[in-house]
Amino acid sequence: MSDLHRKSLRELREGLAAGSFTSVELVEHFLARIREHDQTLNTLITVSDKEALQQAGAADERIQKGEAGPLTGIPLIHKDIFCTRGVKTSCGSRMLDNFISPYDATVVERLADAGMVMLGKANMDEFAMGSSNETSYYGPVKNPWDTERVPGGSSGGSAAAVAARLAPAATGTDTGGSIRQPAALCGITGLKPSYGRVSRWGMIAFASSLDQAGPMARSAEDCALLLSAMAGFDERDSTCVDRPVDDYLAALERPVKGLRVGVVKEFFGEGLDSGVGASIEEAMKVLEGLGVELVEVSLPHSRYSVPAYYVVAPAEASSNLARYDGVRFGHRCDDPKDLEDLYKRSRAEGFGAEVKRRIMIGTYALSAGYYDAYYLKAQKVRQVIARDFRNAFEQADLLLGPASPEVAFRLGEKSDDPVSMYLSDIYTIAVNLAGLPALSMPAPRAHGLPVGLQLIGNYFDEGRLLNLAHQLQLATDWHLQTPEGFA
Amino acid sequence: MSLQREDVEKIAHLARLAVPEEELEHLRGELAGILHLVEQMDELDTGDITPMAHPLEMTQRLRVDRVTEENHRDQYQAVAPLVENGLYLVPRVIE
Repeated sequence: MSDLHRKSLRELREGLAAGSFTSVELVEHFLARIREHDQTLNTLITVSDKEALQQAGAADERIQKGEAGPLTGIPLIHKDIFCTRGVKTSCGSRMLDNFISPYDATVVERLADAGMVMLGKANMDEFAMGSSNETSYYGPVKNPWDTERVPGGSSGGSAAAVAARLAPAATGTDTGGSIRQPAALCGITGLKPSYGRVSRWGMIAFASSLDQAGPMARSAEDCALLLSAMAGFDERDSTCVDRPVDDYLAALERPVKGLRVGVVKEFFGEGLDSGVGASIEEAMKVLEGLGVELVEVSLPHSRYSVPAYYVVAPAEASSNLARYDGVRFGHRCDDPKDLEDLYKRSRAEGFGAEVKRRIMIGTYALSAGYYDAYYLKAQKVRQVIARDFRNAFEQADLLLGPASPEVAFRLGEKSDDPVSMYLSDIYTIAVNLAGLPALSMPAPRAHGLPVGLQLIGNYFDEGRLLNLAHQLQLATDWHLQTPEGFA
Repeated sequence: MSLQREDVEKIAHLARLAVPEEELEHLRGELAGILHLVEQMDELDTGDITPMAHPLEMTQRLRVDRVTEENHRDQYQAVAPLVENGLYLVPRVIE
C-alpha cells in the first residue's frame, strides 16, 4: 500500500482494474500524504476530503460494473482557478475567499465524467499573476526540492503537489508560462496546449487571448492520458476550436528517428544559468542518440515577447477583472459611503499588490490616447513573433530550449522587483503570444535542483510533443527522481 | 514618456482602485519600471505589420439565436454580498 504515490497513472489504472487496491484506498493514501506534508509545503488552498471519498466510492462502483475508463478512480488536484461547484474557488485571492461557484468548469466536468476524483484545490499566484507563487493570498508554496525556494508560478501549488507526490496529477493554466515554468522548477512534466484546444469555460479569466489549461503530471505518458480527457470542442467557449482530438496515447509510440528538432539560438544566450545550459545540452545528446536531428533555428524577435506580453496580458486583465465590483459576488468593503467608494475600496481590499499593478498598467495602456502606442503596437509585435515561429517550423518539426533561465530561486529573492520577476518567463512567453503548444519536462538537475527542458510544437501538434517527450523519458530517469523526504 | 503622480491617481480612478496617498509615489516608481520594460517594443519597426488579434486568425463563431440558458438567478445570487427580493443592493445612487 505504501508505494501507491510512486505509481504512474497507467500503473494506477492497472492496479484498480485488477482489484489490487480500490479508489477509496488510493484517495485515503493521498489524503494522508497531504495531511503529513502540506503544513510545510502549502500546496493546497482547500482539501475536499469528504467529496473526494464520495467520488472515490462512486468510481469504485463504476470499476466493479466494468464501466471504468482509463482515468476512473484516479485522484487529482485542480488549480484553484477552475470553478468547482460547491467547493471554494478563490483564484488565490482575498477577492474570492468567500466564493463558492454555482457550476463546474468544463475541464473539471470532463475529468469528473472520466471518473477522476478531486482531492482539493491548488494554491496559485493571485489571479494567476506571478512566477513564484508568492502573490497568493494564502501564502507562498514551498518547493519540495528545497523548502527555502519557490516552486515557480502561477501553477506552483499544482507543480509542488505533484513533485512531492501528494497527488499523481494536477491541472494548471498557462498564460505566459504558468504551467511550464513551475513544472521546470519542481521537476515534473507540464503541457500547455495550443490556444483553443481546451475549453476555457469556467476557468477564471486572466488574459483571454493567451490563457490555456493543461495537464501537469510526472511523465509525458500521464499528460497524454489527461489531455485526452481535457481536450475537445466546447460550445460554451467561443474561442474553443472545433477540430477532432488526436489519439495522444497512440502518438506516444511513434518513431522519433529522423525528427528535426530546432534548437532556438536566442534561448542559449546571455542570462541563461550555465548549469541549466549544461543540463539542456545533456538532454540534447540523448535526443541525438535517439536519432533526432538537431538543427539551429532563430526566433530573432523573441526578446520583444516580454515587453509585448506586459501590454497584452495586463490590458486584457484590466478588462476581465472589472467584473469584481463588490456587488454580485466576491469581497465587499464595510460601510460604503457611495457606489464609487464601494467599488474602489472593495477592489483595493480584495486585490493584492501585483494584481493591482497589472490592472493599472492595463488601464493605462487602454486609456484614451495611448491605445496605438501600447495595445496596437503590442498586437503588431505579437504578429512578428508568430511569424518568427512560422519560419522556424519550416526548418524543424519541433523546437527546443530551456523552460526557465535558472533553477528555482529563493523565496523573497525577486518579490520586491516586478520586472526581474517578469523576466523569469523570458523563454515561455513567446509561445503564448503565438498560441502554440509547448511542454516542460525534467532534464538533468543543476545545482541539485530541477531543470526544465522545453519542447515547442506547431499548432495542434500536441501528439508529436508528447511523443518525443515520452521517448526521451523511456531512455532516461530524470522524470522519476523524487525530492528527499517525499519518496 | 515619464509617469507622473497625477497620472497614477488618474489610472487608479479609471481602474476603480482606492490608493492611499502615501503609496502613490512607490506605485509610480513600480509602474514606471514596467512601462520602461514595455517601451522596448519601440525599437521594432512595425509599420506595415497587421496586428494580431487572435493566435489562430479565426472568425467568431455564432450560435443559433435561440434561448438555451435557464434562469439561475437564485443560485447566482446565493453568493452575492447583499440582495433583496432578487435585486442586488448597492448604496443609494439617486437621492
